[in-house]
Amino acid sequence: MNQIAVVSGKGGTGKTSLAASFAALAGKAVVADCDVDAATLHLLLDPKMISQQEFKGSRLAAIDEGKCTKCRACEEACRYHAIRGLEVDPILCEGCGVCAYICPEGAIQLGERISGYAFISETRYGPMSHARLRAAQANSGKLVALVRRNADLLSKRWGLKTILIDGPPGIGCPVIATLTGIDLAVAVTEPTFSGFHDLDRALDLARHFGIKSSVVINMYDINVENAESIIESCRKGGVEVIAKIPFDPTVTEAMVVGKPVVEYSPDCAASMEIRRAWQVIRSILNVDVDS
Amino acid sequence: MLISVASGKGGTGKTTVAVNMVLSLEGRVRLLDCDVEEPNAHIFLKPQIHEVRSVYVPVPKIDNGLCDYCGKCAEFCEFHAIAVVGKQVMVFPEICHGCGGCLLVCPRKAITEQDKIVGEVRAGKAEHVEFVYGVLNVGEPMPGPVIREVKKETRKNENAIIDSPPGTSCPVVESVYGSDYCLLVTEPTPFGMHDLKLMVQTLRELRIRYGVVVNRAGIGDKKVYEYCGSERIPILLEIPFERRIAELYSRGVPFVREMPEWKESFRSLFASVKEAIAK
Repeated sequence: MNQIAVVSGKGGTGKTSLAASFAALAGKAVVADCDVDAATLHLLLDPKMISQQEFKGSRLAAIDEGKCTKCRACEEACRYHAIRGLEVDPILCEGCGVCAYICPEGAIQLGERISGYAFISETRYGPMSHARLRAAQANSGKLVALVRRNADLLSKRWGLKTILIDGPPGIGCPVIATLTGIDLAVAVTEPTFSGFHDLDRALDLARHFGIKSSVVINMYDINVENAESIIESCRKGGVEVIAKIPFDPTVTEAMVVGKPVVEYSPDCAASMEIRRAWQVIRSILNVDVDS
Repeated sequence: MLISVASGKGGTGKTTVAVNMVLSLEGRVRLLDCDVEEPNAHIFLKPQIHEVRSVYVPVPKIDNGLCDYCGKCAEFCEFHAIAVVGKQVMVFPEICHGCGGCLLVCPRKAITEQDKIVGEVRAGKAEHVEFVYGVLNVGEPMPGPVIREVKKETRKNENAIIDSPPGTSCPVVESVYGSDYCLLVTEPTPFGMHDLKLMVQTLRELRIRYGVVVNRAGIGDKKVYEYCGSERIPILLEIPFERRIAELYSRGVPFVREMPEWKESFRSLFASVKEAIAK
């Protein structure tokens, strides 16, 4: 089994465009979109949904007004300040259950809330596991874990040896849930001071969890000097820069028509370099030609 | 007045809008960088930092002399941050939400709390801008406590801008919650448009007023404009896709420094927000 996640630290560096192209190049692989709070991979892969499941990420306190004697013990005990004027603020409530435990009247119950949905779909490149977190919901890390479990099941059911993951930006819980147990993190960056700074933190995170990484510099010709500094810094850190994708408006054109760029325009400058990157990834992981 | 800058999709230009806006404003203004996973505003502002303090969260500490391994703490913990296996209690501080429930339920009072450092808040000044940013330690999954500490740095009767993280879930909600207005920065592409819609839903849920800034205008398609038109969402500013702006960004230079004619545009953006809040 080979699990490859495209991550970045900084948002908007091209993770999804790259992941979609890798899916097209892999031919047969399970694709997983782990950027559950702003998922966009489906815009390029056009999945047909097969099944949907509810995701109950956290519980929510509810006060029974009939039983409540307004003693306010719950308000005092809640460390998230989620109970004010004996009303539960669903945004602040973390569902820990302290209020229900402390209430002398047994007037507080914790109910389940549907925080999102997980989907199993089919695409023209293979099965896809993805999800949608509902607006203003917490626990995206748990939903990522569910998407990963579903991807695992799909790989077994379809007999596929590769799982390609489109990761979320940042370094927090959804990213950690994305990196856990993978074989290779492909970190995409851009040659900007911000991109460089955020890449460093993303690579540190991968190192922290003992995950092997390699780097792709996207739009490298926006600032060649910065691109060189990134390459030099990666070399010192023992991380390979496997591709330098030039700035190419074709990538945005492909997004507008809703296709991976390698499919929309196989011979454009960006596609050629993405294909090269995929070859390198395959050789790093010894991915079979037909998997 | 508290204005947050958010986007859904990453890399649309939140930091660009936040930084160039504060630099264009006259008088006292504060910038709070709440993207504590990947803070970038300091790269552009190069502030003089005069205060650094650690952010702590309380995590349980088990007194093995008192504990009889009854397992009530583990049973109560909603976040699975404590496990009792035979005669061993394991605490996973990274996933502890610090609710204090385990202390409450322990029949032998064997649990106390100790502080654990999860990140830092740094405060300083850049020109006339009071600047605060948070940094989450690498490996820590929960940015919330650091974001909350950064947000404590707002002052009454002061204009403050919050630079939010990307996405639409908890860190974004923590960042924009309580702001008087949210500027949604998007780009005119299918990805920008898709995540803009998600952010609009989030802000409706939070009951925060909002308007849109279109960055990299000229690329992609016209759907963001059609959507904003049909939903009656005001587009308050457009920043064109220009190589010069991208190049300045790549070197960490706020573009109003080299293109001062833009200062007026950011001042009127601020004025439109002020007007919208007053309504």
